[in-house]
Amino acid sequence: MSQDKTILLNIKNLIIEGYSDEHWIEIVHGIDLTLHRGEVMGLIGESGAGKSTIGLAAMGFTKDGCRIGEGSSIEFDGMELTTTPQADLQSLRGARIAYVAQSAAASFNPAHKLIDQHTEAPLQYRIQKRLESQEDAMELYERLRLPNPREIGFRYPHQVSGGQLQRAMTAMAMACRPDLIIFDEPTTALDVTTQIEVLSAIRDIVDQFNTAALYITHDLAVVAQMADVIKVLLKGDEVEEADTKSMLENPQDDYTKSLWAVRDFKKEQVPRPADTIPLISVKNVDAAYGDTPVLEDVSFDIFSGMTVAVVGESGSGKSTTARCITGLLPPTKGEVLFQGTPLPPDYRDRTKDQLRQAQMIYQMADTALNPKVKISEIIGRPAAFYSGLHGPELKNRVDEILDLIELDPSKYYNRYPPELSGGQKQRIGIARSLAAEPTFIICDEVTSALDQLVAEGILRLLDKLQKEMNLAYMFITHDLATVRSIADEVVVMQYGKVVEQGPKDVMFTPPHHAYTDLLLSSVPEMDPDWLSTLLEERGVDSNTETHNP
Amino acid sequence: MGDILSIVSKRLGLGVVTLLVISIIIFGAVELLPGDIAQAVLGQGATEENLAAMREQLGLDRAAPIRYFEWLGNAVTGDFGRSLVSQQPVSEAISTRFANTLFLALYAAFIAVPVAIFLGVLVALYRNTVFDRVANVVTLTSISSPEFFLGYILILFLSVQTGYFPAIAKIDDGMSLIDKLDRTFLPALTMVLVVVAHMMRMTRASIINLLASPYVEMARLKGVPAWKVIVKHTLPNAWAPVINVVALNLAYLITGVVLVEVVFVYPGIGQLLVDAVTKRDFPVVQACCLIFAATFILLNLAADVGSILTNPRLRHPK
Amino acid sequence: MNYFIIGFYALLIGVSSLAAFYQKRTAFLLLFSLTLVSFIMGIVGGEAMLWSVTILAGLIAFSAGVSFSFREFLVILLPADLAKAMRTAPLTAGFGLFVIFTYAIAGIFAPIIAPYGEADVISSAFAPADENMLLGADQLGRDMFSRIIYGARNTVGLALLATILAFAMGATAGLYAATVGGKLDQLLGRVVDVIMSIPSLIFSLLLLSIFGTNTVTLIIVIAIIYAPRVFRLARSVGGNVVVMDYIEAAKLRGEGNWYLIRKEILPNSSAPLIAEFGLEFCFVFLLVAGLSFLGLGIQPPTADWGSMVRENATLISFGEITPLIPAAAIALLTVAVNFVVDWMLFMSSGLKEQ
Repeated sequence: MSQDKTILLNIKNLIIEGYSDEHWIEIVHGIDLTLHRGEVMGLIGESGAGKSTIGLAAMGFTKDGCRIGEGSSIEFDGMELTTTPQADLQSLRGARIAYVAQSAAASFNPAHKLIDQHTEAPLQYRIQKRLESQEDAMELYERLRLPNPREIGFRYPHQVSGGQLQRAMTAMAMACRPDLIIFDEPTTALDVTTQIEVLSAIRDIVDQFNTAALYITHDLAVVAQMADVIKVLLKGDEVEEADTKSMLENPQDDYTKSLWAVRDFKKEQVPRPADTIPLISVKNVDAAYGDTPVLEDVSFDIFSGMTVAVVGESGSGKSTTARCITGLLPPTKGEVLFQGTPLPPDYRDRTKDQLRQAQMIYQMADTALNPKVKISEIIGRPAAFYSGLHGPELKNRVDEILDLIELDPSKYYNRYPPELSGGQKQRIGIARSLAAEPTFIICDEVTSALDQLVAEGILRLLDKLQKEMNLAYMFITHDLATVRSIADEVVVMQYGKVVEQGPKDVMFTPPHHAYTDLLLSSVPEMDPDWLSTLLEERGVDSNTETHNP
Repeated sequence: MGDILSIVSKRLGLGVVTLLVISIIIFGAVELLPGDIAQAVLGQGATEENLAAMREQLGLDRAAPIRYFEWLGNAVTGDFGRSLVSQQPVSEAISTRFANTLFLALYAAFIAVPVAIFLGVLVALYRNTVFDRVANVVTLTSISSPEFFLGYILILFLSVQTGYFPAIAKIDDGMSLIDKLDRTFLPALTMVLVVVAHMMRMTRASIINLLASPYVEMARLKGVPAWKVIVKHTLPNAWAPVINVVALNLAYLITGVVLVEVVFVYPGIGQLLVDAVTKRDFPVVQACCLIFAATFILLNLAADVGSILTNPRLRHPK
Repeated sequence: MNYFIIGFYALLIGVSSLAAFYQKRTAFLLLFSLTLVSFIMGIVGGEAMLWSVTILAGLIAFSAGVSFSFREFLVILLPADLAKAMRTAPLTAGFGLFVIFTYAIAGIFAPIIAPYGEADVISSAFAPADENMLLGADQLGRDMFSRIIYGARNTVGLALLATILAFAMGATAGLYAATVGGKLDQLLGRVVDVIMSIPSLIFSLLLLSIFGTNTVTLIIVIAIIYAPRVFRLARSVGGNVVVMDYIEAAKLRGEGNWYLIRKEILPNSSAPLIAEFGLEFCFVFLLVAGLSFLGLGIQPPTADWGSMVRENATLISFGEITPLIPAAAIALLTVAVNFVVDWMLFMSSGLKEQ
C-alpha cells in the first residue's frame, strides 16, 4: 500500500448534535481524525458509537434531524466543508468522495438498471461520455470479480443477489475515481461465505486505485483485514487510535482490551451420556412453507444437560427446524420425539406439560418482550400459568428467578421492557423461559443482536443455568465463535439439509465436509494477514458466488 | 412479461367476481325487505287490485334466483326494468343523467388532478415549513367540511352576493359547452375544493415516503442535483402511489357528487337516486347503485392494474 | 384610499419588517405572504375584501389565543405524563380539544342551556333574531339557537353511537382474524373487500331505502357499512403485532386467543386504533349529516344539523347565512376531531422516526 504523506481529510473537534424531545443533544463529542491519501482507516465501535454519523459528516452530510455543532472543522483536501455552500458540497459528492451503504438492496433505485445508476455521476460531472462510462463500469465489474461483467450492469437491482449488489455499489462508488470512499458496514448484512468475496474485492480495488477510505464496522476481525489504521469509538468519543498491527497486538485502553478479550470463554465439553434416551429427537423431518420445501430429512438428537449448536447461513433451515420442534410448523414428514414419545406435530394439540418442557429464547429481545407488560408479569405469567402460583408465592418465585438471572428484584420488578438495556432484556427473555421450569430451551441467535461484551455475559449465564438445572439447549447460530465457546455437539446445515454432525472437538478438527470447511475458513480472524493467506490458499479463482439467496 | 399478464388478468378476474357479488347484494337486499315488496311500495291503503298488478310487474310469483338472473341479464344489455312510480323505462331516465354526472365529475377532475398533484409535490418538497403547516390546516379544514357547507358558502359569496356564477346548475342538451361549463362551475368548484385537499395530502405523504428511502439518500450522496433526484429517482417510483391517489379520488368524485347535485339542483344520477330512495322506487335504486358501484370498482381496478404495470420488479422479472 | 386601507398595509408591512429585523423567519414569511396576497385581494375585492381579511385574521388570532389558554389549562390539570405530551402539542390540537370539550358540554347539558325545547314553535317562520332568539327562527318558527344546541346531542350522539358500534364489531373481528389467521382471516378479508367496494353513501342509501329511516336502523346500517373499514385497520395493526416474538412465546405457552387479544395485542395496538376512532367518527359524522341533509337521516321534529341546513336552505338566496350555521357546526367539530387525530398520528409516527 503506497501512501504519500499528504493529508486528505482532517477533522478537528467534530461535534454532531441530534434533535430529540425538543432539544439538541450532542451525539458525537469532539472527534479528531486525520486521514492521508491512500490510507484506509477503520472506525470501530458498538451500536451508538456514532461511527456512521462521523462517516457521513466526512462528506459534509448529516441525516435529517442532525447538525454539525459549533467549532467543528472538516477539512477535505484543503477545503473547509463546514462553511462550503451546499452547491459546492454537492459537486464533491460522488466525484471526490463516494459512499457505500450497508444495504445495497435498498440503496439502488428499483426503477433503473445498475449501469444507468453507475454512469449517473460521471455523466453529471461530464467526466466521461455515456459509452465510455459504461465501458468503464464493465471493467470495474470485472475487477470486482462480478460474474458476466459485460452483461450484469444491464440488470435491475432486484435481479441481482445481495453480495453482487454490494460489489456493484463499490464499483459505482469508484466510477469517478474518488479520493475518498466511506464504507458504512458494507458486509454486515451478508453471510460469512459471501462476506469474504466482497471484502477481498473491496480491498483489492481500493488498493489498485490507491483510494483513501473510512471503513465503518462493528466487527473487529473484519476491520483487521481492511484497515491500515484503526480508531476505536465509544458513545461518540474516541477511545484510542493506532495502526492495525499494534492495535491488535497491544491495545492500550481498558475498553479496547475488553473488546479484544471477549472470545476467551469456553465451556467444558460434555460427552453424550451412555444408554439413555435422548430428551429431544428429531427424526427424518421434512417441512415446507406452502409448496416450497425448506427441510429435507433432518435428524439429530439432543440429550439432557447438553448443548447442541445448529449452524448454517441464512436460508439453511436452522430456524425452521426449531419451528418444527416447537410445533409452530408441523412437519410434512417425520416426527419429533420427547423422551422417546412422539410429540403432536401441531403445538395446539400438545398438552400444557409438553408445552412447558420446551421453551424458547429469541434473537431480538425487543420483539420478544411485550413492551406494555411489566417485568413482574412477563416472568410471573408462565409461573402462574403452569404451576398455578399466585399472591405472595408468585412474587417469591419471580424474585427467585430474577436473582437467578442476576438482576436485582427490588429494582426491576415493576419496570417495563423499553426501560432496559439490550442485555437486560435478553436476561428477562431467559427468565421468562426459566419460569416455566423447562427441561429444554431453544436459543435462536440469542447473542447476535448484542454487543460482544454483553453477549459473553449472556453465554456465561446460560452455561451457569445449564449446570444448575441440567438443561438441554438447542443453540441456533451463524457465528462459529459462539459455537466454539458453548457447544457440546454441532449440527451443520445447508439448503435445508444436515451436512455434517458430531461432537464439537471432532467437528472442529479436519478433515471436514467441504461445506463445513468453507464455513469454518470464512470466519474472519483477528489476524491482519488472515484474508490474504486464505485467498492464497483458496486460489484466485475461488471468487464465484457460493451462496445465492 | 408472462408474469405481469397473469397478475393483471387475475386482478381483472377478481374485479368481475366482485361486481357479480355486488350485483347479488344489491338485488338480494331488496329481497330482504320485511314483508311484501308490493305492500311496502304502495303502502297500507293500496287496493288488492293494485297490489296484484304490482306483484305481476315485479314477477314476485317466481323464485328469487330466477328473477336475479333475468334482472342481471337485462341489466347487462342496459335494460333495468320500469320505474314503479313513473312506469317509464329506468334506462331512459338514467342515460342522460349519468352523462351529466360524468360531465360534472370529469370537469372537476380536470381542474383538481393537476392542481392537487402539483401542490402535493410542492408541499412535500417544502415539508415542515410554514407553508406546509398552513397547507395542512387548510386542507384538513376543507376535508372536514361537508360538501353542502362548501356549496352553500360558494353560492352565498360567488352567486348571491356578487352574481359571478349561477346558483342553480340547470343544464340541457341544447346548451353550448361554454354555457354548460359556466352553469356547472360552482358545483365543480365545490368538489374540486374537497378533492384537491384529499389528493394533496395523499400525494404529499407518498412523496415524503419515497424521499425517505435509502436510494434517494444514496443519489444525494452521489452528487445528483436536487431536481434530478426528484425527476429521476423519485418520480419513476411515484407512479404507483400517484395512480392510486388519482383513482381513489375519481371514485370519490363519482359518489360525492350526490350531495353536490342536490345542493345545486343538478340533473344528475345522484339526485335521481335520492328521489328514488325517498319514493322507494326499487328498480331505479338498484340501477343507480349498480352503476355507482361498477364505476367505483372499475376505477379501483384501473388503479391496481396501473400500479402493477408501473412496478419495475414486475416489469423486469428475474 | 382611506385611513383603513393605509393603516392595513402599513401595519402588515411594518410588522413583517420587524419580523425580518429580528430574524423571525417563519413569522416574516407568513406576514409577508399575507401582505402580497392582500395586495391582490385589495385590487380584486376592494375595501370589503380587506375587511374580511382583517376579520378572518382576528378570528384566527382569537382562536389561537383560546387554544393556547386551553392547552395551558390542560397542562396544569392533567397528570404528569399526559401533561408532557400536551405541552408539546401544536395549537391546532389545543383548538380541537377545546371545540370537542365545548360540544360535549352543549350535548350533555342541552336541556339546561337551550332556552326553548327543540320542537317548540315560539314565533313566526324565519323570524329575525331578537332578544329572545339569538339566531332567529327556522321555517316553522322554532328557535334556531335551541335547535343547534339540541343538535349537538342528537347528531353527534347518533354518529358517536354508530361509530362505537362499528368499532366494537370491526375491531373485535379484525383483531380476532389477525390472531387466528388462516381460512377465517382470508374469508373475512374477502367479505370486507366486497363490502368496501360499494361506496358508503350509495350503500347506505340502498339499505335505508329498504329498511326505512328510523334512528335504530340508521345506527345499525351505518355501523355495518363502517365496520369493514375498522376491520381492515385493526387487522393490519393487529397483524403487525401478531408477528412479534412475544406473541409466539405466548402461543407456545398455550394461551387462548382471548388472552392474546386482551393482554398482548390490544395494549400494543391501542394508539393507532384510538386515532382511527377519531377518523372514523369524522367519516360517520359527515355521512350522518349528509343523509340528514338529503332527508333520509334523523327525522323531524328531532333537531339535527343536517336537516336544519336543508330546511332553511332557501334563505341562502336572500343572502342570509342562517342555513350556514348548522353546517358550520358540523364542519367545526369535524375539523376539531381531525386536528386532534392529526396530532396523535404525528406523535405515533414521530416516535418511530427518532
